[in-house]
Amino acid sequence: MDYQTIIVEEKNAVGYLTFNRPKQLNSFNETMHQEVSKVMKSWAKDSKIRAVVISAEGRGFCAGQDLNDRVVDPNADAPDLGLSIEKYYNPLIKLITDMPKPVLCAVNGVAAGAGANIALACDIVLAAKSASFIQAFCRLGLVPDSGGTWFLPRLVGRAQAMGLAMLGDKVSAEQALQLGMIWQVVEDDQLKAEAGKMAEHLAKQPTYGLSLIKKAIHAAADNNLDEQLILERDLQRLAGRSSDYKEGVQAFMQKRTPQYTGC
Amino acid sequence: MDYLKSSLAAPGVVLIELNRPEKRNALNNATLKELADHLQQLDADSSVKAVVITGNPQCFAAGADLNELAQLDVVSIQQDQRPLLWKGIDEFSKPLIMAVNGYALGAGFELALHGDMIITGENAQFALPEIGLGMLPGAGGTQRLARLVGQQLAMRWAMTGEMVSATTALQHGISSQVCPSGLTVQYALELATKIAAQAPLAIRAIKQSLKSIHEVTLSQGLKLERQHFVWLAATQDRQEGIQAFLEKRKPEFRGV
Repeated sequence: MDYQTIIVEEKNAVGYLTFNRPKQLNSFNETMHQEVSKVMKSWAKDSKIRAVVISAEGRGFCAGQDLNDRVVDPNADAPDLGLSIEKYYNPLIKLITDMPKPVLCAVNGVAAGAGANIALACDIVLAAKSASFIQAFCRLGLVPDSGGTWFLPRLVGRAQAMGLAMLGDKVSAEQALQLGMIWQVVEDDQLKAEAGKMAEHLAKQPTYGLSLIKKAIHAAADNNLDEQLILERDLQRLAGRSSDYKEGVQAFMQKRTPQYTGC
Repeated sequence: MDYLKSSLAAPGVVLIELNRPEKRNALNNATLKELADHLQQLDADSSVKAVVITGNPQCFAAGADLNELAQLDVVSIQQDQRPLLWKGIDEFSKPLIMAVNGYALGAGFELALHGDMIITGENAQFALPEIGLGMLPGAGGTQRLARLVGQQLAMRWAMTGEMVSATTALQHGISSQVCPSGLTVQYALELATKIAAQAPLAIRAIKQSLKSIHEVTLSQGLKLERQHFVWLAATQDRQEGIQAFLEKRKPEFRGV
């Protein structure tokens, strides 16, 4: 399968999706949206893929929307920006958050606009020391999209979220880590290796159980404690019926390393 | 039965699974007839206290069978047996619980609305897509739905065929519970088991009384309710219920 805008690799049960429009700082055009969506959809259903890594080629991670696709003629009618959000960005965010397996993001450089929020939608975000995050929307009179206004306050609290979204300042990887936006900062030349190592580890873990954890933590953002306790009961019921749980308990009793199959 | 699987899932509780997976459980005449006939048998069997109907994990039931519909013209459609079959399902006198996972479309949605209670998995999606075929829902889709969710939403959903998510369905009273899809049938059976342990005559009276709310005025309904209340006073189960409560033990209802 040939792709024009991304590189796709499947290795040791890990799916690597790499944005590959380095000259445009990996900003999204329609083709890229379609290709990313196709791959993510197939991995969502593919039980042989048990972890996903999203990363990028070149010096940037993703600059969000390719503005060359949005030439604004000052005399023309205002464009309907909601269209591409409805058609592409919203479904992409849902593909990441609904993916029933861990989605890692390796942020190698600047992640701006939708690019930043695609990263924040992922389950575990690793960033290179030189990476940065910018909620650039406010500078053009726009609103953080791709889940930005939902993820940010939940990750960093309202005060910091408001500052980030209204000022549009560049946030370094280290600052992002201190704010609780991301999981880990690594040396630039270690980023791919670290992300690969973590993904390969996760791909050997009880994938179904991990998918339930993901579901519970996402649901917690909307649930009150009573609702969440009920959800935990339900999910634990399902988890307890998985073959990986059985294997985990048996391996523990037999003092050996469990061999998880992901279901 | 060709299109249904039926099993005794718990004491007094029968689980019916729609079983035409290759047709996404589309409710053709034969399936609907099997279902209506089977429910009639279960109604007559006093050991059966409650029934759960479900589909499969991906699909409760897609609509009617379009190949069959295509063959009907205005004359033959008037002699269609389906309205009678639906009526048979509607007249089932015992508690009927719908465990809905995945798609409940058109006639599938209407079948779900024939249930006394609906429990859905979080992957449940309801819709009335008939409008896209130049038709309208023909098995109570406009009538039962509007009485449940009001005219506004029913109008919108019937005119657009929009998908209604499990959460929306819960919010608007189409279902009474949403749970992870892997647990829908279990929770429906647990609910049915709880109900199956109650006094059958009182359960039957409750069902009749509640099903009449769309047929009669409030004052008529209150009169009916009172009549049920009075005649239940003559049952042994009522005596047993009160006695057991006073003696701090579990009642044993016998349906008399």
